[in-house]
Amino acid sequence: MGTQSSMKLINEEGLRIDGRKFNELRPIRIEVGVLNRADGSAYIEWGGNKVLVAVYGPREAFPKHTQNPSRAIINARYNMAAFSVDERKRPGPDRRAVEISKVIGEALECAVFTEQFPRTSIDVYIEVLQADAGTRIAGLTAASVALVDAGIPMKDMVVGCASGKIDGKVVLDLNKEEDNFGEADLPIAIIPRTNEIVLLQMDGNMTKDELSEAIGMSKKAALYISNLQKEALLAKYKGQESEKEGE
Amino acid sequence: MYLDIERKVVLPGQEIDLGGQKQGNGIYHENGKYYAYQMGIIQTYNNYANVIPLSGKYYPVRNDRVIGKVIDIAPSFWIMDIRGPYPGFLHINDTPWKNVDEDLNKILGVGDTVFLKVNEITESRQIWLSLKDAGLRKLEGGHIVMVQPTKVSRIIGKAGSMVNTIKEITGVKIQLGQNGVVWLDGPADKVLVVRKILRFIEKEAHTSGLTDRVKKILEESR
Amino acid sequence: MSKSSDEIVYGLKREYLEKISSQGSRIDGRKFDEVRNLVVTPNFVPRAEGSAEVRLGDTRVLVGVKIEQGEPFPDTPNSGILTTNAELLPMASPTFESGPPNEDSIELARVVDRGIRESKMIDLDSLVIEEGKKVWVVFIDIHVLDYDGNLIDAASIGAVAALLEAKVPASKIGREDIPLPIRHIPIMITSAKIGSSLVVDPCLEEEEVASARISVATNEEGNVVAMQKGLAGSITEEELFLAIESSIKAGKDIRKRVLRK
Repeated sequence: MGTQSSMKLINEEGLRIDGRKFNELRPIRIEVGVLNRADGSAYIEWGGNKVLVAVYGPREAFPKHTQNPSRAIINARYNMAAFSVDERKRPGPDRRAVEISKVIGEALECAVFTEQFPRTSIDVYIEVLQADAGTRIAGLTAASVALVDAGIPMKDMVVGCASGKIDGKVVLDLNKEEDNFGEADLPIAIIPRTNEIVLLQMDGNMTKDELSEAIGMSKKAALYISNLQKEALLAKYKGQESEKEGE
Repeated sequence: MYLDIERKVVLPGQEIDLGGQKQGNGIYHENGKYYAYQMGIIQTYNNYANVIPLSGKYYPVRNDRVIGKVIDIAPSFWIMDIRGPYPGFLHINDTPWKNVDEDLNKILGVGDTVFLKVNEITESRQIWLSLKDAGLRKLEGGHIVMVQPTKVSRIIGKAGSMVNTIKEITGVKIQLGQNGVVWLDGPADKVLVVRKILRFIEKEAHTSGLTDRVKKILEESR
Repeated sequence: MSKSSDEIVYGLKREYLEKISSQGSRIDGRKFDEVRNLVVTPNFVPRAEGSAEVRLGDTRVLVGVKIEQGEPFPDTPNSGILTTNAELLPMASPTFESGPPNEDSIELARVVDRGIRESKMIDLDSLVIEEGKKVWVVFIDIHVLDYDGNLIDAASIGAVAALLEAKVPASKIGREDIPLPIRHIPIMITSAKIGSSLVVDPCLEEEEVASARISVATNEEGNVVAMQKGLAGSITEEELFLAIESSIKAGKDIRKRVLRK
């Protein structure tokens, strides 16, 4: 977390610097099937975040020693474009990107039926084109949609929303300034049908009660966002009451 | 009777009421309930409820007719790309050719295109192919176009009605693989017409009256 | 399937493309000198100093421009710096691997850079903050998102479009933000050789079977500012001048209709 500054993140009317209330989400837009070559793809705009996700697979895993004889391996690669952040980022994965790739991959593994495809890999490429805090959750939310677009068998979607603490108050969906100058950041992702938590990280300082409040707020927001995921997927297939010839 | 679940689009994790049908493809079972694991349309067939996926790769099924590309050659078999998660293998014994100490490369080389069938899928997902059946052969001349595997049945149409319409009106020879690989043979301008109509069908696959609309477009470009 | 299987072309496809090119046709019905549908969206990444998304047919490239303060090179103390990098993202094609830049991505970056640098599109001498000590560094980052042939032209047009919209963030040093000082507008157009025919703006299927490739950047005066021959085959001098003409003609159209400059 950044150092506490004299910057006031919540004003006298209880509004945040971007005008939101404590439990308000930034605007989110999801588009499915945006790339031509990939087996599945999705694009998400979440506040100022612009994240593009592509899925390839299942395909034979190479090098051969990475193959798992009983299931598919999920290979998530989170990457930030050089121009996605204020100070240009040198291309290539840094340690932060490697860690985020790992936790995203592990979250998706909870939902994908990997036993159906031994010896293969399912490659998930998450490209942050513009960053505005919450990129890993935005990426994971779009990745789930891209996996469905690719026809990968899944138990359910995966969806998330971060919450945190600023100026002593628990709030939902931190933006860039709040992430830099706030007191705690908690990205969390769930499987909506069962409420299982599949991604959880935290840094900062929170009491148990604050934590409970934050998790509750995040879960509720995640359920709302999972409807956005579904709407985005269904938008491709209107008019399905028609005749389906050829079966 | 079971029409209330028919043609309904479902998403992974969505609960399905089987309505007395048996659990088929695309559906998983947890704690006494049934859920879809792919995005697709529910269809019942032979007392089974299946989710037919709307998108995704080709997953081979025994007896499928596919079009493959040779990508590597071993002493007694060829390795083929059939556009699925796994490569396919074609053993010399599953072809009409007798291998009398001949280099397999002389029969089928890397890059060659073959129309074959899926013969056997082992437990470890080895896919064995075969050329031993009517119509299966090496494809020569012509052009290759890719379509989404989930749209192939739409391109074929009921009892072949859609693909036959395209063949009749354009005069182009068409060989379809279940794996979404399509072989076209004809004059360049007609092949281009077929290419465009295939893209159109892919895009409009979920709409009604498609065969008639396709016919109209083809007639206009005669 | 493995990467290598995607790189192996269907043999009969190669024959088909060569056959129809000798008959005067292209696989997607275009004329030999016709460029695909080109859509340029400037300012796609508003947070960057400049950016543009290019869709050339189904090829999709995003170019971002970041302008930051830095030290000048010791041998050019009164000149700003231009540097170009390209990422062939694995999402763009089953044939692209993760990892450090390979020879294709390095060639792409250097060819795009050449077109911009040699045409003197940007007046680097006016990017000095403090002589010999501080200058503006212009970073061009090419992000290939979807590969359907002809990355060179898509990336090059994207870089030009991004630079045309870019603002030098001089407010960071107490002055006013200003647009980059632009002197010329180079446009790079690539032709590919199939059989004995030259086709402009090759799509993926054409690139897969082409024997040679020639990229030519021309400026608004019709002068040639950069060239690169690619792939393992050869071209004749006649073919070269045909490619140059295509670049001048298409360049004019793109400057006027798409970039509107």
